[in-house]
Amino acid sequence: MSDAMLEIRGLCAAAGDQEILRGLDLEVRAGEVHALMGPNGSGKSTLAGALAGRPSVTLTGGQILYQGRSLAELAPEERAREGIFLAFQYPVEIPGVTNSYFLKAALNAQRRHRGEEELDAFDFLALVKQKIAALKMDEKFLSRAVNEGFSGGEKKRNEVLQMALLEPRLAILDETDSGLDIDALRTVADGVNALRSPERAMLVITHYQRLLDYIVPDRVHVLARGRIVRSGGRELALELEERGYAWVEEQLAGEPA
Amino acid sequence: MSASDAWSSARDHYLARCEEQRRQLPAETPWLSRLRETAARSLAETGFPQRKQEEWRYTNPAPLLRIPFELAEAGLPLPDEERLEQVSTPVHACSNSVFLNGRLSEKLSASDALAGRLHPLSLASVRRSAPELLEARLAQLVDLKRHPFAALNTAFLDDGAVIVVPDGVVLEQPLHLTFAVTAARVQHPRVLIALGRGSRATVIQDHVSTDPALVSFTNAVTEVFCGPGSSLELMLIQREASRGFHVSNLQARLERDAVLSTHTITLGGRLLRNDAEIELAGEGASASLRGLFAASGDELVDNHTSVDHALPHGTSRELYKGILTGSAQGVFRGRVLVRPRSQKSDAAQSNRNLLLSDRAEISSKPQLEIHADDVKCSHGCTTGRLDEDALFYLRSRGIELTEARGLLTRGFAREIFDAIPVRALAEALDDELGRVLAESAR
Repeated sequence: MSDAMLEIRGLCAAAGDQEILRGLDLEVRAGEVHALMGPNGSGKSTLAGALAGRPSVTLTGGQILYQGRSLAELAPEERAREGIFLAFQYPVEIPGVTNSYFLKAALNAQRRHRGEEELDAFDFLALVKQKIAALKMDEKFLSRAVNEGFSGGEKKRNEVLQMALLEPRLAILDETDSGLDIDALRTVADGVNALRSPERAMLVITHYQRLLDYIVPDRVHVLARGRIVRSGGRELALELEERGYAWVEEQLAGEPA
Repeated sequence: MSASDAWSSARDHYLARCEEQRRQLPAETPWLSRLRETAARSLAETGFPQRKQEEWRYTNPAPLLRIPFELAEAGLPLPDEERLEQVSTPVHACSNSVFLNGRLSEKLSASDALAGRLHPLSLASVRRSAPELLEARLAQLVDLKRHPFAALNTAFLDDGAVIVVPDGVVLEQPLHLTFAVTAARVQHPRVLIALGRGSRATVIQDHVSTDPALVSFTNAVTEVFCGPGSSLELMLIQREASRGFHVSNLQARLERDAVLSTHTITLGGRLLRNDAEIELAGEGASASLRGLFAASGDELVDNHTSVDHALPHGTSRELYKGILTGSAQGVFRGRVLVRPRSQKSDAAQSNRNLLLSDRAEISSKPQLEIHADDVKCSHGCTTGRLDEDALFYLRSRGIELTEARGLLTRGFAREIFDAIPVRALAEALDDELGRVLAESAR
């Protein structure tokens, strides 16, 4: 048995009725940060959805093993409680539900699952305020409705805040850098880096190399046409930056679609 | 029993009881006896509503008419006070009046010194002490022919709450009226509110039941007179019983620059019908009507509202939200009338509904009758289901599907609760909605 935290073998998946992933293999060990890059439409977000259990993504072949266990049968909430966290590319607005209520409900759902005592309002507030300060966020965030009227940067920070609070084992960041200015990018990256640990694995999905200046990956993978077509160290990201995704497409040109 | 049999036997049953009551009641001030008789005659003529009438097209009153409800006999045992506190919401109020099956209970009511001078008084006592106050107002706003249930209420007119706030008096704390059902009977609560020039008040009219299994019938009429520049917040809460019937009729007349805000919260019942008719009878009057209704199982909730912009510069805002699950049915009809001379009227109406099951239904119908040209009027209606992306977002954080659905549904209702000026009540209603939803999800 492999000691990988995440092991994906020959994964095929459809988004809606469109086949997107076509035999994807990937292995991520605890303590590692992997970057997943690829052109638009290559299947990055479909992979994120497949890992988190998005209902519109259907697995049509292959396997996802998380800590040695198949994810296919687990509901999204069960995956979350087992330690999987997806930072959304487009965080959803939830009118009428305050951020603090939502965060507390999420944290306590996971604590219950782990057999830990639920946090009361007082302890929760103390904890969340500490996390908020670390992310240089305004405490007013807590009393606002989840993501409602948040700027792009605020939404992404809110994702990282949730991650900091829920302390997942496997974090998937789906284009968390998109729409961020350089200051916000730094804050978000600091938040992510603070969570790096030998017990935790991260999969950082991005379109641009820029984020990887701040979150330095152990491995870089290039996704195209639903498969990983190149894997390498950090230098692969720089090469991609220089030569563009067309380079990948060219190399694939000879292969059947 | 067919619907038409139920229709005529209900009319005959209630008229017979009305006649019995007339013989039993002591000699009354003549005008009140006349008022009751007029109402009974009106009911005898019109009978109860039928589905062939446009106003009742989606709401069949037959299930209610099939049960020959009796008035509660005097001397029913008092409910347990703790139980009463559980089902109503204790709020910081300047007076608490408790009506049991329609009659004021002196024992359970309390008010501070100021409110004691200002009322609320029981209609039964005002009738003796200040009949002129009632004569000028009772049944002056409601059209008994168009509203047979209001005629029924008036024919049985006996007790109720009278709130008269003199000119310039501002009541900071709410007046809390609790109408508690403790038996499977009919009650005809009557509320009369009259605000003097420039006065302000907050009134909670809360309908509760000590036993949710009771099949009771509440037939309420509330009449509101807002004097010039006065301001009233009125909360009408219907949370009696999941098997109970409730018909409510609210009539309000606003004079110059008066402001009325209503919050109608309906948390279930076998069949509920609310009529709210607001007349902006003075220039610059302004009304806000907000409502939330939740229905599950085979329940039916029908809200009929009407705002009459009778004079220029009137403003009306209306937002009703419905949550329907099981095979529940919702009806919303919002009429806005802008009369030819009512230039510079500003009316906005919105009805938004959430259907939580495939079998739940809503009939929503705005009815704008605009006869002036220099006006701003808008309306909108949306009906939808829970947002799948939002559900996935919550679940991806570890929140169970049922809890996620509950969270989103309560989030949908939240803006109605947020506008309720009595926080303790708003939070209690939010919790109660949570319980109702959890119950119906099971």
